[in-house]
Parts: sequence; structure tokens; C-alpha cells
Amino acid sequence: MDFGLNEQQRAMQESFAAYLDDVTSVEKLRTSLAEGPVHDGEIWQGIVDMGLTGLLVPEAYGGLGLSLLDAVLVQELLGSRVAPVAYAPAAVLATVALVLAGSETEKEEWLPAIVRGNLQVAVGLSDAGGVREGAVLTLRQGKLSGRLLLVEGAPDAQLLICSCDEGDIYAIPREAVGLEWVALRTIDDTRCHWEVNLQEVQPELLSAAVGDVASRLLSAGRILHAADTLGAAQSMLDKAVAYAGERQQFGRLIGSFQAVKHLCAEMAAELEPCRALLWYAAHAYDAAPAEHVMIACHAKAHLSETGSFIARTATEVHGGMGFTELLGLHYWFKRIGCNRQLLGGPERLREEAAHAQGWGLPPSRIALQGGGYR
Amino acid sequence: MDLVYTPEYEAFRQEVRDFLEASRSDWPSYQSLDRIPQEYKVWQALLIERGYTARSIPKKYGGHGGDMDPLKSHIVAVEFARARAPRALAGQGVSMLVPTLLQLGTEEQKQQYVAATLRGEMLWCQGYSEPGAGSDLASLRTHAVEDGDDFLINGQKIWTSTAQQADMMFCLVRTEPDAPKHRGISYLLFPMDTPGIEVRPLKTMTGHAEFNEVFFSDVRVPQSSMVGARGEGWKVANTTLTFERGMLGDPNEAGRRVNDLATLMQEETVDGVSLMENPQLRDRLLRLQGRVLAMQYNGMRLLSAGLRGEMIVMARLIVKLQGCELNHQLAALAIDAMGELGVLYNDSPRMRRRGEWQRKFMFDLGLIIGGGTAQIQKNIIAERGLGMPREPKRVQGGAA
Repeated sequence: MDFGLNEQQRAMQESFAAYLDDVTSVEKLRTSLAEGPVHDGEIWQGIVDMGLTGLLVPEAYGGLGLSLLDAVLVQELLGSRVAPVAYAPAAVLATVALVLAGSETEKEEWLPAIVRGNLQVAVGLSDAGGVREGAVLTLRQGKLSGRLLLVEGAPDAQLLICSCDEGDIYAIPREAVGLEWVALRTIDDTRCHWEVNLQEVQPELLSAAVGDVASRLLSAGRILHAADTLGAAQSMLDKAVAYAGERQQFGRLIGSFQAVKHLCAEMAAELEPCRALLWYAAHAYDAAPAEHVMIACHAKAHLSETGSFIARTATEVHGGMGFTELLGLHYWFKRIGCNRQLLGGPERLREEAAHAQGWGLPPSRIALQGGGYR
Repeated sequence: MDLVYTPEYEAFRQEVRDFLEASRSDWPSYQSLDRIPQEYKVWQALLIERGYTARSIPKKYGGHGGDMDPLKSHIVAVEFARARAPRALAGQGVSMLVPTLLQLGTEEQKQQYVAATLRGEMLWCQGYSEPGAGSDLASLRTHAVEDGDDFLINGQKIWTSTAQQADMMFCLVRTEPDAPKHRGISYLLFPMDTPGIEVRPLKTMTGHAEFNEVFFSDVRVPQSSMVGARGEGWKVANTTLTFERGMLGDPNEAGRRVNDLATLMQEETVDGVSLMENPQLRDRLLRLQGRVLAMQYNGMRLLSAGLRGEMIVMARLIVKLQGCELNHQLAALAIDAMGELGVLYNDSPRMRRRGEWQRKFMFDLGLIIGGGTAQIQKNIIAERGLGMPREPKRVQGGAA
């Protein structure tokens, strides 16, 4: 029995944090985002060089064969530095989909390329938060038609992985006939999002797909968003505490006023237990599959609520400066705000968590799908 | 992360389960405000013998005399809760005084008090807070003046739970009136039937007297009844307070409460529909469940860190603040879910669950205030956990 990180995980955290400190800063971020959202090739290459693109890829395909918890630790650090890289879709979700549902040929073709960082993958599970703007995919006579919203992936993604309303998982090459990519702009320029329209596209059904794959993929995505928010929120809290320890008013450090101190204490008290919740969710994803829907929904819903509270409160502690563009705090604020909505907002996730425990009626989307998203 | 127990611990878990199953007919009943009945003392003795409580306390002081094993203690707590079996005694004597004495008491004090307290034969109450010394406990004024080999104590304590039943009090008194406030306090132990002590029950909003006021007029106590050195009582008290804060806000209590609340919401109906079908109430339940789960895993993280000999300061500092608040909010939701029936109390017809949710809702507010208010907890989290600057010292001439 050991609830915590092992030596290897701590060492990885330490070296990856040191790497990110070298290659990220608010100034760099401001420069690279000047023209809109980007996928930062320099940071990405470092991730590839450290072997982090292969964390979940089985050793037989050149990866490290580790668990979702390891990927969660990477994502948490990316969130803490609001790093503009498409790690979750390309390195984690694509791997999860291929490992769970890919044929031997597909795995041999794509997994080693993911490890080498040569294959960028975009992932679209947008209907997980409920269907809006007709964003749903339907398969008719072997062809996929419909729309995906808020697909996440680098601009040079060569492969799209998505699920249809039956819960099957598909892989579609970028240049497939009938595929239209439209860049979307969110509040958060540190990640790239797309609308993808499909008109009778010939997809590649990830052949070994079994019923649970779509819901496993979704849980992994939700846990990663929660991890990203944990990192970003911890960073905002740290910045607020540091600022309160420097800024003087009324001849005192503002951090010595209880009004400010208690805001920081409330943020810490809310955030600290989230770490254990997230670790457990990531662990259960691999070790206790029967729980994954319930715990992934809870982890993302609770991290979203806590993240929003901290994004707002940490900004307030910074006073007027927090509201400006100058400080760069807004990058974290927006990243947390974006994570909150993607793959389901808190209310919807709690409905799914309730349903997973046999409480209440299923959200309508689940009913529509006949159990595709269990 | 490895949440699998080794065979040794799985065997221990099975042993605990077997014991609880076999002993079911011997389980005593116990109302926490009564004197401890004989059958409970027998049960307590059995639990000590088996190492399910007082595990690492030496045999010569009435303990089990085994090794410290937090994992086994955790398994015991989990299995007792699961079986809803009567737990080992955990009053202020067992949970706060005994660890303090084992750490700071004289050999004679250990001999005299530890075993009797563990057996449930000696009940203790805590004399800390005063009407003028709550959050600012160190400003307490109850004083003890030297008189031959004795002290004469005068003053008043408040929030003294179990003072009516207790045999003994562990008490903070001012012995050095001229010293700075933290260095003029001593820690005394004395019997509650010492002449000059008057106990007045203090009825709270719950309608019960969970606390008392205790008045001292010329109470004569031998100087030898001191724990730690004269003037060092603040340090001794802080040892004890650490144990108390560890007791408050237990996330597993909140976990049980989520389950009870879910059962309530499934069983009760409004307009002929189960409360669990009400989306607003269900969302509130799920929101609290997420927070409780986080605190439960936080507890497991702390347990494992302890086993590795690591200290995770922040994860520990937040337990009282968060745990007490969650318990209060869970009771609040239960009452809202019961709606008009939720206000029934005082053995009213149609009252649900013996009025427990209302009682807990009110009593938990007391726990948010007691044992270090939420505001004091936030100061501690900010200063010790986040390293934020202390309040500037008051200029001389303010209150002492």
C-alpha cells in the first residue's frame, strides 16, 4: 500500500520541470502567440527527446509502457507553465485509442511514429459535452458525415481520431476527401482548436474496437484536462502568494492582511486535496476500470470548480495588475477557463457521475447513444 | 501508486473481520455523554489485548506493547466503520492527554494516569478556553498562586466538554503573571472533586449541554501535579492541540455521511418522486461527494507519507478546516432534501432519523468554531503552509 508517486515519477517530474523552466517564460509566450494559437515546435522537440511522447506506448512499439498517471504528471507541468503544445491529443489520447482499438498494422504504423514525434494527431470528442450546432458524426453506408467542434491538435496534425454517435472510434488521414478544417479561436491561444466538417468521408475504423473504448478515451481526456487545470491553478496560487509577499500598501506587505491571507488559505485548502483526487483518478483508470467513468467525471468536475475559484481569486490578489495583459496572468486564467468547458462542464460531468452510481436519469446524450458513453 | 495490501496486511484485515463477526453478540452500546458502562470497559480491554487500540503504548502503562503500525491502525478503523462496530474509547483523555503524558509526563504521572485512562476508568476533561481567551488562548487569566507545596487556583474555564462526568481535568493556568503571555502558563492535572470546583452545564443551540463552564475558587492542587516545567505549559498544550486537530474533520466520517445522505435521498419522496430524481438536489450531492472523495484520498496520501516518514505540511493543515465544513454542508443538504419535514426535532411525530441531521447541522457549526476557528485555521494555513507574513506585532499599550 503506497498512495503517492514513486521515485521514478518524482525524478521525471523534477527533470521535466527543469526543462520547462529553461524553455518557457511569459515573454516567450507573448512572442510566440502574437499571431494567434500555435503549437511550439521547440518545446515539443524537448518532450520528444525526453521520451515523453512514448510514455503510454507499449515497449514493443518503442515506448515506455507506463500508466496514465505518468502522463498526468507531464500534463500537470504543461498546465503549470501554460505550455503551448498539443501533448494530450498527440501523445496520450492517440496512443490510448490505438492501443485499445487499433489493429496490429495500425499500431505498427502509427505508434512508433508517435514516440518519435513524427506523427501529430488531432482528437475530436466534442459531443462528449452534449451536441451543439449539430456537432455529431453519423456513419451511413460506411461513410462518416457530420461535424466535430473543438477538435484539439497541432496545425500540422496528419491524423484525426474521433468517435461517432455509435461509440466507435475512427482514424482519418488529414488529406482524406470530404474533410474540411476550420480554425477556431478560443479565449486560450496556448492550444489549437478546430471545427472539422465531414462529408461522406471514408474512415478507417479502428478495427479491434470494443464497446468501452470511446468511454475510456473520454475518461482519459477528462483526467488530462483536470491535470492541466491542477498545474495551472497551483501556479496561479504560487504567483498570488509571491505577489502578496512583495506588494506593499498602507506601509505593510498586503500578504500580512488577513483579508488577503485568508483568500490564499482558501485557495490552498481547496486545491491541495485535488492532487490526491487526481492521482487516484489516474491510478483507477488503469487499476480499477469499473470506476473510471465515475472518478474521471468527479476529478474533472471538481478540478474545474476549484480551478475557476483559484483563477478568479488569484487574479483578485494581484489587484489591478492581475487584470492587465502586462503580467501575463491571464494566460493561466484562460487556460483554466477553457479546460472547464472542454469534454463536458461540471454540471454535465456530475450528472454522468451520478448515473454511473445508479442515481438519477442518464444525461440525454447517453440515452441517445444507447450506452456508448457508459 | 500501489493500493494493494501485502499478504501480511490482508491477513490482518481478515483477522479483524473474523474477530468482529465472532464478537458481535458482545458489542456494547454506549452513549458518549454517559459514564462508561462496565461492558464497554470489558470491550476496551479486549481491543487493547488484540492491539486494535493503544497499539504502541508499552504494556507497563496498560497498552498493547506492540510496534507502531499506522497501516494496521488504519485497517482497524476502516473495518470497524464498515461493520459499524463500537470503536475503542477516544475521549479527550485517551486521544489528547495520554499521548501528551507519554511524551512529556514524569514516570510517576505515566504510572498513575495512562493505564487507568486507557481502561476507561478515569475520564478527563480539558480546561483550556476561557470567556476572555478563545482564539487568543495564550491570554488566559485563570491563575495559580504558590501556597506552600500547593497552588491555589482561581478563575473560570468554558467549552469544557464532559466536565460533569470527568474524574480529572488537564488544565492551563497562569503561574507567572509577569512573564510574556506564552511563557507564564503551566499545565496542571487535578481531580474534579477537589473542593472549590463548580461545574455548570452550558446548553447549546442543539438543545443539549455538550459543554460546561467550570469555576475555580481557591482550588488547592499540589505543585507535583504539573506536566512539563513551570511556565512551559504553552508548549505542553501545543503538543496536545496537535493531537486534537488530528481528530477533527475526519474525511471518513464525511464519507459515511455521503452514503447516509444518498440512502436518504433514494428513500424519501416528494410529489411521489424520489429525491434523487430532483436534479438540483442531486447536483448538490454530487458536488459534495467530489469534495469528500478528494479529502478521503488526501487522507490516504497522508497515511502513506507517514509510513514513508515524510511530512506533507499543507495536506495535513487543511483537514480540520475542510472536513468540518463538508460535514456541516452534508447535514445542510439532508435537511433541505427533507424540506418541511427537515425541521422536525425534539422527538416530534414524523421526525426522521431521530433528528440526527438537524443535531449534526447545528453541532458541526460548533466544530467549525471550536478546536481553532476556521479563521484561525486559515491564518495557520497561510503562515505555516504558504509562508505568508505574520500580522505585524501590536504596538505596546494594546491589550496584554
